[in-house]
Amino acid sequence: MPKIKLSEKTIGLIKDVCADFGNQGSELINVLHQVQGKLGYLPAEVQEVIAKELNISVAKVYGVVTFYSFFTMIPMGEFPISICMGTACYVRGSEQVLAEFKRQLSIEVGQSTADNKFSLNCLRCVGACGLAPVVMVGEKVYGRVSPQMVKNIIAEYKEGCATESKSA
Amino acid sequence: MAEYNMHILVCGGTGCKASQSELIKTNFKTRLNEFGLTDEIQVVLTGCFGFCEKGPIVKILPDNTFYTQVTPEDVSEIVEEHIIKGRKVERLLYKDPETKAAIGDAKGMDFYKKQIRIALRNCGFINPENIEEYIGRDGYAALGTCLSEKTPDEVIQMIKDSGLRGRGGGGFPTGLKWDLTRKSESDQKYVVCNADEGDPGAFMDRSILEGDPHSVLEAMAICGYCIGADKGLVYIRAEYPLAIERLKIAINQAREYGLLGNDILGAGFNFDVEIRYGAGAFVCGEETALIHSMEGKRGEPTVKPPFPAEKGYNGKPTNVNNVETFANIPVIINKGAEWFASIGTANSKGTKVFALAGKINNVGLIEVPMGITLREIIYDIGGGIKDGREFKAVQTGGPSGGCLTKSFLDTPIDYDNLVAAGSMMGSGGMIVLDDTDCMVAIAKFYLEFTLDESCGKCAPCRIGNKRLHEILEKITVGDGKIEDLDRLRMLSTVIKDTSLCGLGQTSPNPVLSTLDHFYDEYLAHVTSHKCVAGQCKALMHYSIDAERCTGCTLCFRNCPVGAISGERRAPHYIDQSLCIKCGVCFEKCKFDAVLIA
Ligand SMILES: Cc1cc2nc3c(=O)[nH]c(=O)nc-3n(C[C@H](O)[C@H](O)[C@H](O)COP(=O)(O)O)c2cc1C
Ligand code: SF4
Ligand code: FES
Repeated sequence: MPKIKLSEKTIGLIKDVCADFGNQGSELINVLHQVQGKLGYLPAEVQEVIAKELNISVAKVYGVVTFYSFFTMIPMGEFPISICMGTACYVRGSEQVLAEFKRQLSIEVGQSTADNKFSLNCLRCVGACGLAPVVMVGEKVYGRVSPQMVKNIIAEYKEGCATESKSA
Repeated sequence: MAEYNMHILVCGGTGCKASQSELIKTNFKTRLNEFGLTDEIQVVLTGCFGFCEKGPIVKILPDNTFYTQVTPEDVSEIVEEHIIKGRKVERLLYKDPETKAAIGDAKGMDFYKKQIRIALRNCGFINPENIEEYIGRDGYAALGTCLSEKTPDEVIQMIKDSGLRGRGGGGFPTGLKWDLTRKSESDQKYVVCNADEGDPGAFMDRSILEGDPHSVLEAMAICGYCIGADKGLVYIRAEYPLAIERLKIAINQAREYGLLGNDILGAGFNFDVEIRYGAGAFVCGEETALIHSMEGKRGEPTVKPPFPAEKGYNGKPTNVNNVETFANIPVIINKGAEWFASIGTANSKGTKVFALAGKINNVGLIEVPMGITLREIIYDIGGGIKDGREFKAVQTGGPSGGCLTKSFLDTPIDYDNLVAAGSMMGSGGMIVLDDTDCMVAIAKFYLEFTLDESCGKCAPCRIGNKRLHEILEKITVGDGKIEDLDRLRMLSTVIKDTSLCGLGQTSPNPVLSTLDHFYDEYLAHVTSHKCVAGQCKALMHYSIDAERCTGCTLCFRNCPVGAISGERRAPHYIDQSLCIKCGVCFEKCKFDAVLIA
């Protein structure tokens, strides 16, 4: 991975978060949640700053980041697409829906499209099993999704008509 | 709630929220405002009603009218007809699936008739963001009773007498656990609420936290009083933003009311609650892993003993209970241990909340007395199998559990019977499967989950499950051999016996249970390379019957990969090398010309 140079502002932001938690190593997970919430992802360079601030080894930070699936080291697309792979959705056909998203976007799970517009991920039960199979794009939930609907869902976001994406 | 003479309850659970229930609430407010009725009628966004299948749900009190699949556009009609003119909006009422008659009162719905709501008592009745409503329904009365009238030992004895067992999966007696933690000597102890809810396809704990967060806080305080802890921690999945939000509001309100904090109710008892976030690791639901995660470490389990009751968070005695376990506590205190113990079976008391999902008509959240049969759950409450298909099995206990087949339809459900049947209670996921679900594929699905979630600390789980998965994969694509079936069984036994934590020790259960109950299906996969359920795509072969094909081109136009070719009005043809076996052609063909083999 090419090295990213963090701006002074970003470094300051990370330092502030660490300070908010008293620069305590035991607060690592909370710090990571906050930093990822602000930056969107946790590349190696960010982890280095956190390690230094909390006075723990980079290996420990890396160990925690890679252990938990919620944390990501690669940036998500502008419209992160998450397919529910919980059991209820699985038995109602989410596998086929996922396959169709992969095909339409030509990416695998955990990747983003070249233009960084879409990224693809799997979730385990969104708690909307009544609507299975469920797909989320950003915050918006789509229920009873069939492979045939996939094309239209993607099209909604392709033309920059993303304003509705917050409505649900 | 007294000053209003009518209440409009709009479901604010995750499922209904996804179907615009917030907009429905806003529309109600706007319309009521136009009629100048905002002082008389209250609009509340509640927790889950349980009947997710037909959401969004709107319920009107006091007449208990139950409207289903309400859209934001329906609001005006409900206000003008029902509220103003007193006429129920017939078309939005729930229709009995058999008689087709509209049911005006929710109590008349089969879905609710056989349920007993203890843990879910307030879900769908109160506004979870308003502590007054919780208090209005006996909220914090149990805490008051404990602090003013009972010693910790008396409370623990009550919980023991009630027979309450942990709802997080293990079924450990709750009173006993509290007693153990109480007896551990230490200057500092902790109460932890396990809200990690990792079972995919389950949303019981989440619904309780979204619909009735105070019941959990109250119980945690009671637990703190009993074991001698002044600090509580809720470990909740970061993926549950709504539950987190509501919990935060509840904690703040409880502090304002002096129900959390110092000198609670003037009884000299201090207790406060903080939230800790999970970050997407199933194994963190295991209590030792959860504790490590709260300490900011990788959530890897450690060997028990020492149990958390002796050495838990920060090395101090810690009592870990599940959300649903806690939600039962205040009711036990208020109504008495005998009352609670009168519900259920000999060794399983009270009720259990299940998330009913899969191939069932009424997907949703239900709470039933222990000892109810599967048949009652599936056919009476669940409304039977979707699309009139045939019942095949129910999977309980998630990735650690197993499946129950037709022969168990009349077995009373409790902790012991489920284990005897080769499954387990688990946290309450209940997935209904029909004849189109392949049991080998289901076993593989759960194993995929385990593989993803294994923390990798011990070899049997990390490597063994990988091998198991490889064998299942082979079987589902038609490369399986008969010897593989024995190998599956042997490997499963080794993994169960030698893994360090509950995750590994239970991960082969879905494989073993399907092998036991559906051996024929495995056999068909390996001997004749057939998947009777028609789910294993690699074993399927789509072709077009030239006799029947009229050349209408419908399949050609619908095939997503362009695998079909042919002239108009001439028989079409499927290129097998391109076919992804999606089955669209089969679904679309009006002449039954697409054949599956
Ligand atoms: C792999 C694994 C996952 C678990 N996940 C959960 C969970 O998501 N929620 C839960 O309450 N308990 C879970 N448990 C059980 C906990 O370890 C613990 O027994 C439980 O929280 C105790 O509470 P209870 O006695 O009230 O059930 C899990 C256990 C294992 C082995
Ligand atoms: S059994 Fe699996 S999850 Fe449990 S400690 Fe071993 S590797 Fe980790
Ligand atoms: S399994 Fe997909 S929402 Fe529950």
